[in-house]
Amino acid sequence: MSDKKTFVDRMPFSQQIAGFFARIGLSPRAMVIAIPTLWLLIFFLIPFVVVAKISLSEAAIARPPYLPLWEFKDGILNVTLNIGNYIFLTEDPLYYSAFIESITIAGFSTFFALLIGYPMAYMIARAPDRTRNILLMLVILPFWSSFLLRVYAWIGILKTKGLINGALMWLGIIDDPIVMMQTDFAVYVGIVYTYLPFMILPLYANLVKLDESLLEAASDLGASPFMTFLTITLPLSLPGIFAGSLLVFIPAVGEFVIPQLLGGPDTLMIGKILWNEFFSNRDWPVASAVAIAMLFVLVIPVMLLQKAQQADGEQS
Amino acid sequence: MKKLLMLSVALTLSASPTLAQDMTLNIYNWSDYIAEDTIEKFTAETGITVVYDVYDSNEVLEAKMLTGSSGYDVVVPTSDFLQRQIGAGVYQPLDKSQLPNLVNMDADLMAGAASFDPDNEHAVIYMWGTTGIGFNAGMVAERLGADYEVSSWDLVFDLETVAKLGDCGVSFLDAPSEMLPAAMNYLGLDPRSTNVADFEAGAALLETVRPHIRYFHSSQYINDLANGDTCVAVGWSGDVFQAQARAAEAENGVEIGYVIPSEGALQWFDMMAIPVDAPHPEAAHKFINFVMDAQITADITNYVWYANANAASMSLVDEEITSDPGIFPTDEAKERLWGATVYDARTDRVVTRLWTRVKSGQ
Repeated sequence: MSDKKTFVDRMPFSQQIAGFFARIGLSPRAMVIAIPTLWLLIFFLIPFVVVAKISLSEAAIARPPYLPLWEFKDGILNVTLNIGNYIFLTEDPLYYSAFIESITIAGFSTFFALLIGYPMAYMIARAPDRTRNILLMLVILPFWSSFLLRVYAWIGILKTKGLINGALMWLGIIDDPIVMMQTDFAVYVGIVYTYLPFMILPLYANLVKLDESLLEAASDLGASPFMTFLTITLPLSLPGIFAGSLLVFIPAVGEFVIPQLLGGPDTLMIGKILWNEFFSNRDWPVASAVAIAMLFVLVIPVMLLQKAQQADGEQS
Repeated sequence: MKKLLMLSVALTLSASPTLAQDMTLNIYNWSDYIAEDTIEKFTAETGITVVYDVYDSNEVLEAKMLTGSSGYDVVVPTSDFLQRQIGAGVYQPLDKSQLPNLVNMDADLMAGAASFDPDNEHAVIYMWGTTGIGFNAGMVAERLGADYEVSSWDLVFDLETVAKLGDCGVSFLDAPSEMLPAAMNYLGLDPRSTNVADFEAGAALLETVRPHIRYFHSSQYINDLANGDTCVAVGWSGDVFQAQARAAEAENGVEIGYVIPSEGALQWFDMMAIPVDAPHPEAAHKFINFVMDAQITADITNYVWYANANAASMSLVDEEITSDPGIFPTDEAKERLWGATVYDARTDRVVTRLWTRVKSGQ
């Protein structure tokens, strides 16, 4: 026993660690994977299971406001699973139309963010080194102030007696203020503004790696700049477009704060429905069912898309 | 040496946890709902440090209470919400021996609140008010004529009238259990009814005026009325008076009025209660007793312009407030006020669903 100890002591530290994991049956590779796995387990899987559990329960006036899923009484374990909450979601068209509206708003917002973000990312990637860092800084800078504060600032800009209307009326372009607050327009402005950096940064990371000799070759061979962009830059930046779009689309679907502060009452996104179920109806089980349904509506297409892209990447 | 001293202080504190615990108090109250110096005075008198948080909807408070372990010691739910939460076992009975100032309270109003909390076992009235109509006198006169007297729900529920106001901005509270009964009452139905058909009739009325409503929100309208961004709001009495005060302060020429409509309005009580798992129940009792002091309550009413239920404080409240029929309604108006109804889960769902339909058209 003591022999073994001195042997271990003599080994370099890194090998000692590797040795430890080897003894408990973990290769270094598994160990590297273990950390993110643990992270996902604690911060994603466990909460997911809790929500899934509540979604199979029944609402009650109690604390917490739902009935327990299982009961141990007189030596008999009673498990009651209530799938009624999921069936309920299909019975009322409200949930379906809220899903559709959320996906529509998030989809268009992603499109606009791409439209605005792509040229910005491209310019940053092509800028000289010194300016590039400043430009990148400017993209990240808004994160230093509170997200809520920035959305409130938009209220000041868009409202009836706000900055835009004030300026336009002062210039004599309009006589009556344009109603922009509490409209879908304001929601789009809010979402595109908030998530634009999430579009720009992955696009930039992709575009900055673009091999310029390819562009030179294209232009030597007589391609117009537009043609070069279409046949070389754009296809090569697809992974960046894909990553940026996902980073904008997924949080935008579940967005609650922006439509709540900037949108009108007819902006019916799934976040608001969740709020209603949770707070107004006090029906945590149905609220959980909505959340789980949303996860499946969102995650499955995204996974399929990613798989398709992977297959695509392997082919080429 | 100094380090040593601090260490010994820390030791003393940890040695007497009850003492350390009672030095703080966590309060969760409605936004804009207390006098500027109330907390300061409480700390000066008792030495208790206060952490003061605010909310603007009963639903948010309720979700925290039903989750449990909120960490709050004093919360202020509205009477009907209080009743349901008592049913869920959220609140502890008050120890009335620690509340000598209870003698100051108005017996009639406390009896009214007892219909939600038998024998006032769990809560004391903080403030009370009505859900009526706030309006910008100038903008309304401009659109409806200088002779038009705002005195009825017609202003927001009569399609022809509200249509003329749509361009200057009309807002409703985002509170279905207050808006639907108001509409039902306007139609001549019982505002306390829990009959689905009555709710549907109320919702149908709201849907007809819906195109002229700018938004549904329960606190935004204070600023918007004050700034002249909107001209009519169905809102809570004191909040409208706050808008009035802010407009007067800003000297922006906006003149705000509040009426309890002649058809009647909802009367509600906001109640101070202590959650069962409050970490500092003793300090919580001290605070509730402190607020029931005649001068302290009068200070709050003088600042927030909500009616209180403290009989002893009435002589200390500004004449301007006590004589305003929008705050302390006349006996005649009192007869047409109705109390909130507690809905069961199914009724809640019906009401929320109808409300979503009213708001979004779906």
